[in-house]
Amino acid sequence: METLAMHISNGIIDGPVAAAFGVVALAAMAVGVRRGRQDLDDRLAPMAGLVAAFIFAVQMLNFPIFTAGISGHLLGGALAAMLVGPWVGALCIAVVLVVQALVFGDGGVAMLGLNVTNMAVLAVAVAYLLIALLLRVLPRSTTGLAVTAFVAALVSVVVAAMGFVLQYWLGGTADLGGNLAALAGTMAVSHLFIGIGEGLITATTVVTVAKVRPDLVYALRALKPAAPATDATVGGVR
Amino acid sequence: MGAGHAHVLYRESDSPVHRLPPEVKIAAMVAFTVAVVATGREAFWAFGAYALLVAVVAALARVSARWLLVRSTIELPFVLFAFALPFLGAGERVDVLGLSLSADGLYGAWNILAKGTLGVWASLLLAATTTTRDLIVGLDRLRCPQILTQIAIFMLRYLDVLVGEARRMRVARLSRGDDPRFLWQLRGFAAGVGALFLRAFERGERVYLAMLSRGYTGRMPETWPGAGAGAATAGQWLVAAAVPVLAGAVAATAAVLT
Repeated sequence: METLAMHISNGIIDGPVAAAFGVVALAAMAVGVRRGRQDLDDRLAPMAGLVAAFIFAVQMLNFPIFTAGISGHLLGGALAAMLVGPWVGALCIAVVLVVQALVFGDGGVAMLGLNVTNMAVLAVAVAYLLIALLLRVLPRSTTGLAVTAFVAALVSVVVAAMGFVLQYWLGGTADLGGNLAALAGTMAVSHLFIGIGEGLITATTVVTVAKVRPDLVYALRALKPAAPATDATVGGVR
Repeated sequence: MGAGHAHVLYRESDSPVHRLPPEVKIAAMVAFTVAVVATGREAFWAFGAYALLVAVVAALARVSARWLLVRSTIELPFVLFAFALPFLGAGERVDVLGLSLSADGLYGAWNILAKGTLGVWASLLLAATTTTRDLIVGLDRLRCPQILTQIAIFMLRYLDVLVGEARRMRVARLSRGDDPRFLWQLRGFAAGVGALFLRAFERGERVYLAMLSRGYTGRMPETWPGAGAGAATAGQWLVAAAVPVLAGAVAATAAVLT
């Protein structure tokens, strides 16, 4: 198995900042657990597992950013927010990160708070806000749904990358001086490209699911809570 | 899905480390990692002591050094980042072999290399001695919220479902005259990614309903085999605590000395 570490590993960010973000992540997860319990019904439970498995597999697609020696990868934050909602979605990604840290040594265990904050909290929150906004603004068609998924995925990836830059600025173990701006630039540009790839995968997946089983897309359910189950045009598909 | 629950990193064995209950190992590993990260980067000897601890546990678990080293390549991107630091770093500069390098960057590189590697080794040792199934039992016994362990259980089950469905779809494409080579496989894969998701979901849904009809209530039964007879005893906690306690002592000494 040719996998490379993708998440922040031990020693990149200093202890106090890692601990502070650990508290942030724990608090966010506590809220997620409480709200997620209400969401997790018989339909969502297997979906949450599959979304987590899908993200686990997709995160193995890894793009090294050679100039800085950092690597970027697909996140799945927007996909999770779209299909299982923000609360369960954040929990799914957190589970992926915990299992990767414990079993694969991918991402330091002491850095879990940082990784969870970036990928499970920041990325999913941004993605869901965008989804909630765009689904209301854009026309309710397949194109509208695809554009929503694409934009949410793209922006969430870049925001998560900026989360890392912020954390490095706060507690990077080596002072980069003026090169911090260069790091931010490299991360932004490279994750823009990753975001495009992620956006395409997210849009394809969400559109396919919405076409065949619109009842499975959480974002569409939340949009039209009173929609009758027989309404085949939920989300305007077809 | 009988096979495949023991992940690729698991080393089948019957060593003392394998026999420890999973919750004890997880707690020890996390505590050890925290001690390593909390150590100042100038205390070079402390990292030697940590490496020694890892070596002792590896020997007890009958995990070979070669296996550990090969699997450590997962860290490679961060090693590259570490090598870039001496060139990018700010502040006072030192001359090494005719290159002007940042002293702070050199320390930073060492910091990432040492702590990152020790962290990866600790994770690998846990992975080598614990099946994923036991890992979830361990998390459950550590009072991890049930919703999280539930997602984790399904994630691990559905990984196999996903891989199986992907293989079936590839065979289906091939048998209909598709001839994917190298990167061109990606196109077929990308076009089918949505279909793959749906197929895996519908199969996964059936798995879930089958579990429900057999009495699944969101938690794996206590009689789940493999994770030892039951929760860890005080003695087992004491045995496993030796590693993090020693690591904590090293970290404390390093903090006092510097």
